[in-house]
Amino acid sequence: MTVKTQYEAVIGIECHVELKTRSKMFCACANEFGGEPNTKVCPVCLALPGSLPVANAEAIRHMIRAGLAFGASIPAFSKFDRKNYFYPDMPKDYQISQYDMPLTLGGTVRYWLEDGTLKECKLTRIHLEEDTGKSMHGGGGDGRIAGSSFSLIDFNRAGVPLMECVSEPDLRSAQEAVGYLESLKRTFVQLGVSDVKMEEGSLRCDANVSIRPAGSSELGTKTEIKNMNSFRSVLRAIESEIERQTAIMESGGRIVQETRGWDEGQGETHSMRSKEEAHDYRYFPDPDLVPIEIGAALIEELRKTIPVLPPQRFAKYREYGMDAKQATQLVDNSALADYYDASVAAGANAQASMNFVLGDLSRLANETGIAASESVVTPAALAELVTLVEGKTINSKIAKELLERMWAGEGSPKAIVEKEGLTQTSDTGEIEKLIDDILAANEKAATDYKAGKTNILGFLTGAVMKASRGKANPALVNELLRKKLE
Amino acid sequence: MNDIVKRSAADIVRDVSAKRISARDVTEAVLARVDEVDDRLGCYLTRLHDRARQQAQHVDERVAAGERLPLAGVPLAVKDNMCLAGTRTTAASKILENWIAPYTATAVQRMLDAGAIPIGKSNLDEFAMGSSCENSALGVTRNPYDLKRVPGGSSGGSAAAVAAFEAAIGLGSDTGGSIREPGAFCNVVGFKPTYGRVSRYGLIAFASSLDQIGPLTRTVEDAALAYDAMAGHDPMDSTSIDRPVEPAASSLRDDLKGLRIGIVKEFETAKLGPEIDALYKRAYEELAGLGAELVEVALPTADYGLATYYLIAPAECSSNLARFDGVRYGLRVDGADVGQMYEQTRAAGFGAEVKRRILIGTYALSSGYYDAYYVKAQKARTMFAQDFRKAFERCDLIAAPAASSPAFEFDSKSDPYSMYMMDYYTIPMSLAGLPALSVPCGYAGTPALPMGLQLAAPLFEEAKLLGAAHAYERATAHAAKGTVAV
Amino acid sequence: MASDKIDVRYVAKLARIALTQDEVERFGKQLGDLLEHVNVLSELETSAVPATAQVVESTNVERSDEAGPCLDRETVLSMAPQRQGAFFRVPKIIAEP
Ligand SMILES: [Zn+2]
Repeated sequence: MTVKTQYEAVIGIECHVELKTRSKMFCACANEFGGEPNTKVCPVCLALPGSLPVANAEAIRHMIRAGLAFGASIPAFSKFDRKNYFYPDMPKDYQISQYDMPLTLGGTVRYWLEDGTLKECKLTRIHLEEDTGKSMHGGGGDGRIAGSSFSLIDFNRAGVPLMECVSEPDLRSAQEAVGYLESLKRTFVQLGVSDVKMEEGSLRCDANVSIRPAGSSELGTKTEIKNMNSFRSVLRAIESEIERQTAIMESGGRIVQETRGWDEGQGETHSMRSKEEAHDYRYFPDPDLVPIEIGAALIEELRKTIPVLPPQRFAKYREYGMDAKQATQLVDNSALADYYDASVAAGANAQASMNFVLGDLSRLANETGIAASESVVTPAALAELVTLVEGKTINSKIAKELLERMWAGEGSPKAIVEKEGLTQTSDTGEIEKLIDDILAANEKAATDYKAGKTNILGFLTGAVMKASRGKANPALVNELLRKKLE
Repeated sequence: MNDIVKRSAADIVRDVSAKRISARDVTEAVLARVDEVDDRLGCYLTRLHDRARQQAQHVDERVAAGERLPLAGVPLAVKDNMCLAGTRTTAASKILENWIAPYTATAVQRMLDAGAIPIGKSNLDEFAMGSSCENSALGVTRNPYDLKRVPGGSSGGSAAAVAAFEAAIGLGSDTGGSIREPGAFCNVVGFKPTYGRVSRYGLIAFASSLDQIGPLTRTVEDAALAYDAMAGHDPMDSTSIDRPVEPAASSLRDDLKGLRIGIVKEFETAKLGPEIDALYKRAYEELAGLGAELVEVALPTADYGLATYYLIAPAECSSNLARFDGVRYGLRVDGADVGQMYEQTRAAGFGAEVKRRILIGTYALSSGYYDAYYVKAQKARTMFAQDFRKAFERCDLIAAPAASSPAFEFDSKSDPYSMYMMDYYTIPMSLAGLPALSVPCGYAGTPALPMGLQLAAPLFEEAKLLGAAHAYERATAHAAKGTVAV
Repeated sequence: MASDKIDVRYVAKLARIALTQDEVERFGKQLGDLLEHVNVLSELETSAVPATAQVVESTNVERSDEAGPCLDRETVLSMAPQRQGAFFRVPKIIAEP
């Protein structure tokens, strides 16, 4: 009997993320997506003779904050290096990048899968560099390089600050790779260091994929997958590549180390082996720029600006009892999540507040077109309302009405409750009196109940509640009714 | 020849400021001189008659309005590796033969703001790589003292223009001696400030960590005036030093009392032949005669200067000149694909010396050789700085030859290394970033040709350096004993 | 110190300069000679010496993140050896970077 070998995938991701700044990395041209071609260029980013780069302070701060968000270490000393190779959309024919002394080292990205499982992926480094311009390939080839007969270049994007995040090969499936990327994206957006718009090319990623027999600790031969333009294509491309490699291994073949491009239309990767180019980047410290020293004071200053980040939030919400979908939904609406967190901080029960925030509050926000965080209902007021319900001062029906009135600007729930005497009644005598009145008016109901039609209880409870103008404690009403009827 | 052209910059400023003559008068006289002699001398690659007249009018208006301009009406030669908006800026290379700069170098702008009149763009060795101006791809410049000889290089055009009264101040750039050596050959003062003192923004880079702009002038006082106008921090150049500049023009002195002047033991001049040996020994005695105390200092690394320099400078240039690729500006020679286009363009656009340096620099940075060559040279560079620091514990200034011979005849240095040897005495100061100058110190050879004495100071001590050179010049008046051949 | 003979063709490929056969031979010899001169550096004991990238030490030179004016597009494109509309045009690209 032959046992079929089970394979596991080993995946590492390199992704480039454009930083959100007002100006480019080394010049004052605007860092904006789009615009008329070749209008956001100057002597520096066009690499005119004699021009010199000066580093953008904000980009460096963004990098440090990104590193701190993942618990990376921020070396005291960092520098820029030149990566030398010729490419027509790279004006200087070298890229200012960081080679052996990046701004951040190590760190861990926490992420989660669709089912809510929390995972971690270690980072190797994040370094700062500059983006290239954009080429469009014409004269055949359907816009691709292969088959085109000329290219047109727009340098608007050249020199935009770019961070390159390199992960360790800690990911084991396409789903994990996407989870990791989503977590990166959420974190960068939350930090305000990038808009991360894949459709605008502000996040681009390559994946290194290999497979090995499950349980093995050795690494197999890897391929590098490029041209993945959305999270969905990352998922499909890696899945397809794992399948391809598995098929090769199962048929006794060998994986070739190469770069493969993802073809969205065909749904498979294809070899990008082209004429063997000599790749020798001749890195050396850029003599036009000076080193960066990062002191403890700056790190502390920036650490204070780091908000609660999506993975931490997600884990916390799960502890509060949210399901993975709800938690993800809330994490992805950071204003609402801030609002929610503030209500909890103001003393609201986490679970109960969640029900309001994801339920009635979100509904009101949808209906009125005003975000909860922009509404007159403060997180503290919501906490007050939640506490009134939890303390059984009011029942949930009243609470729902109250929330609408609060949304309309009627003020503090406590004040309304006190002013209008909406406090839930748990006075047994008072409730029994109401029950007696209702039973007297509905003799048939009592008879039916005794005959086994117990579902009549709901009707009776409703009638008592109505008679109490909603103030009676529904649980108590129910209990007392039962007693009377039995 | 109109005598106005012979006046020093300082005299012109005095006269123009006092409205004894106008900037226009000076400009017309100098333009006439250029038209008279420059077809024979070839100092300028581009003559700027219209631009000069416009600027002269502008300066006259400003003077009439009561402005004090420190360089009012001073005719200026701009080495053609510095950008001047709207003018052809070629670096004496075919690859930039028709490039019109759309912006102005900071140093040039500061000279213009101070009232200088741009007479023309002066010739140089292609991309400032050379010691004779023979590497210019666009023209031949002759030494005004002997038209059969080279003016030195790479700032040969500016040196010759100043010597031949085609300008009062010439801007040069010095990477390993490119201001000091042509200064010596043309019997003028050639001054390289501390690395980083004058902005490199707009100077077409040769070797970024060594390039430094400075003036060539007929008097030390004029060099000080030019320096005072140009020096100081520029936010467009990350390596420009943000530190106050001590005005040099007001620090000029008439004796050398109290100064210790170091004579470098390893720079033994006997090997230069008896005549030159005697000339430099006499120059040192002249220093002593002015009250300086001569002390012997050691520069144990002296013999490693060329090796260090010819790794670092080519390595940086190989990367700096990558941008000349036929994509965005300058020459393009078409090819079947973009790679061929690069290779044909650069083959046709660069001269032999530029190609040699790009190749050696590419090699020094390439995989497997980086540590052995580039890093080794950077370490040697540290030793130069240390040696000089030690030497300056024993002296205030260092005196040395500016060149090992007077100007030589065209085509007399056939192998590259014998040309490189011309910079033997100037390279160590460049590697250490020191301010250094050459000042005329007599004549040697048959016919008698000008020689230069090099003085060097610790970092940032330009005022002391110029002060001492002024005393030497006043006392010896060597330059005045020569006569130009045109 | 490395003493290998310089492979001029390979280096020229990296530097993107087409060389004639004559240049390959001439430069090969000249660069070989220069490397011999340069090899004197191996005499220097540098194991305890730090490398100098910038001779005047300075750190953290940065600009504040403010956008400024750009070049006029016609000026930019007027420099182009070949343009097409608002773009720079180049011959076909063979390989991804
Ligand atoms: Zn720009």
